Amino acid sequence: MANPVILADKLTVTKNNAVILSELSFAVQPGSITGLIGPSGSGKTTLMRSIVGVQKFTGNLTIAGKWAGQRQLRRQIGYVTQSPAVYFDLTVWQNLQYFATLTRAQEKDVEKILQTVKLDKQRDQLVESLSGGQKARVSLAVALLGDPQLLVLDEPTVGLDPLLRNDLWDMFKDLAKDGRTILVSSHVMDEAERCKNLLLLRDGKLLWNDTKSALLDHTKKDTVGDAFVAMIKKSGVA
Amino acid sequence: MYHAGVTTATAKRILRQLSHDPRTIALIFLVPCVLLGLLRWLYDGNMTIFDQIAPALLGIFPFVIMFIITSITTLRERTGGTMERLMTLPIGKLDLVLGYMFAFGLLAIVQAILASMLLLYGLGLDVAGPHWFLVVMALVDALLGTALGIFVSAFARTEFQAIQFMPALIIPQILIGGLLMPLAQMPDVLERIAYCLPLTYAIDALNIIVHHTDITGDAWRDLWVVLAFAIAALLLAALTLRRRTT
Repeated sequence: MANPVILADKLTVTKNNAVILSELSFAVQPGSITGLIGPSGSGKTTLMRSIVGVQKFTGNLTIAGKWAGQRQLRRQIGYVTQSPAVYFDLTVWQNLQYFATLTRAQEKDVEKILQTVKLDKQRDQLVESLSGGQKARVSLAVALLGDPQLLVLDEPTVGLDPLLRNDLWDMFKDLAKDGRTILVSSHVMDEAERCKNLLLLRDGKLLWNDTKSALLDHTKKDTVGDAFVAMIKKSGVA
Repeated sequence: MYHAGVTTATAKRILRQLSHDPRTIALIFLVPCVLLGLLRWLYDGNMTIFDQIAPALLGIFPFVIMFIITSITTLRERTGGTMERLMTLPIGKLDLVLGYMFAFGLLAIVQAILASMLLLYGLGLDVAGPHWFLVVMALVDALLGTALGIFVSAFARTEFQAIQFMPALIIPQILIGGLLMPLAQMPDVLERIAYCLPLTYAIDALNIIVHHTDITGDAWRDLWVVLAFAIAALLLAALTLRRRTT
C-alpha cells in the first residue's frame, strides 16, 4: 500500500480541560474519498482543523509524511470551513483572484474552477448577494485553487439543492480519480453512503475506521445509519 | 516570512472591499474635515483659542478614526473565518499586517492631506513653521491609529469589545496628552505617564510647528517617537496573530 496521506496516532485535543478528541489513530490513503461522519459536537471540525494546521494537538499527526501545520503543507491542502470563509464584500471573481495570488494559481485554472462550481454567470456579483448554496460554492472554489492534493471539506453540501449535491459528489469522485485525497465531513447519513471509507466519530472517539462495506458486513446492517447505531450500542456509551 | 506580491495583493483586496462601501470612505475623508470646520465655527469670535487647539485636533481626529476603522475591519477578518483560511495558506503574518497597513495607510494619506489643507487654507489657521511638516505629522498620527487598531483587534473577540478599546486606550491619551492642560502643569505622576504615550508627542509636534518658524529638534524627536510607536504596534500585531489555536 502507498504511504498514507493522513496518518494519526493517538491524536488528542483538549480545550479547557475537556477532551475534544481522544487518542484517534487512523490512516487515510491517497486517492480515496473518506467520509468523516458524526453528530454535531462529535469533534469533526476540531479534527479537520488539526489536519489543516490551525489546531494545537498532542500525539502524532502527519500529512504526506510531514508534521501537520508545517509550512510546506500550506500549498498542498485545500480547506472548506462550515460557514463560507470568503469576503462577502467582494465579487466572486475578486475573491478568486486574491486567493489565486496567494496559492499561485494560474488565471486559466481559475476560469476552469469557476466553471466546475458552476458560478461563471455570477462571477461579477458580490458574494453577499448570492444564495447560501452559491456562497458555499465560492468557498469550495477557493479551496480548489492551486490544485491541492488533499481536500478537507467541512460539511460542503449542507443546504444545497439535491441536483447540485449530486454534481458536487461527481466532482469529488473526479478529483479523487485524478489522485487527490478527499476528507469530507457530514452529519447526514445518506452522504456517508457515497464514501468508500468511513471514519465514524462520536464524543471525540473513533467508532469505525475502515471501508463502508466492511462496516456493513461487520454490523450486518443495510445502511450506514443503522450500522452507526449498532456501533454506538456496541461501544457501550449509548 | 514576507512576500511583496502577497502584501500588495492583500492591500489591493482590502481597498477593493472598501470600494464597495463608498459610505465608509466618505466618512473617513469627511468626518475630520467637518469636525475641524465645526471647531472653527465655534471659536469664530476667538481665533486665539482656535489656533491653540486646532493643531492638536488635526493629530487626534485622523488618529481616532483610523483606529476605529482598522480595529473593526481586522476583527471582521478574524470573526468571518477568512483569517483562519488565510492561516492555512502560504501567506506570512507580516504579509497580512503590512497589507492592512498599506491599504489603510493610503486612505490615511488622503485623509491627512484633506484635513491639513482645509485647516491651513480654508479655515485660516496661523502656522509659523513649514506647512508640509504639519501634513506629515497628521499622516504619521493616522498611521499610528492604523497600527494600534490592527494590534488591539487581537484582544477583542467581538466588534462590541473592539469599540470599547476606544474609550479605554484613546481617550486617556487625549485627556493627558497636553491638549487640555500643558504637561508642565499636570501632577508629576500624570506628566510621567503622558511622556510614555504616543499621542503626547504627536500633539507636542503639532504645537511646535504652529509657533516656531523652523522645525526644532524637539519636533523631529516627536515625529520619530510617534513613528517608532507605530512600527512597534505593527510588529506586535504580527506577533499576536496566532496560526494555531488551542
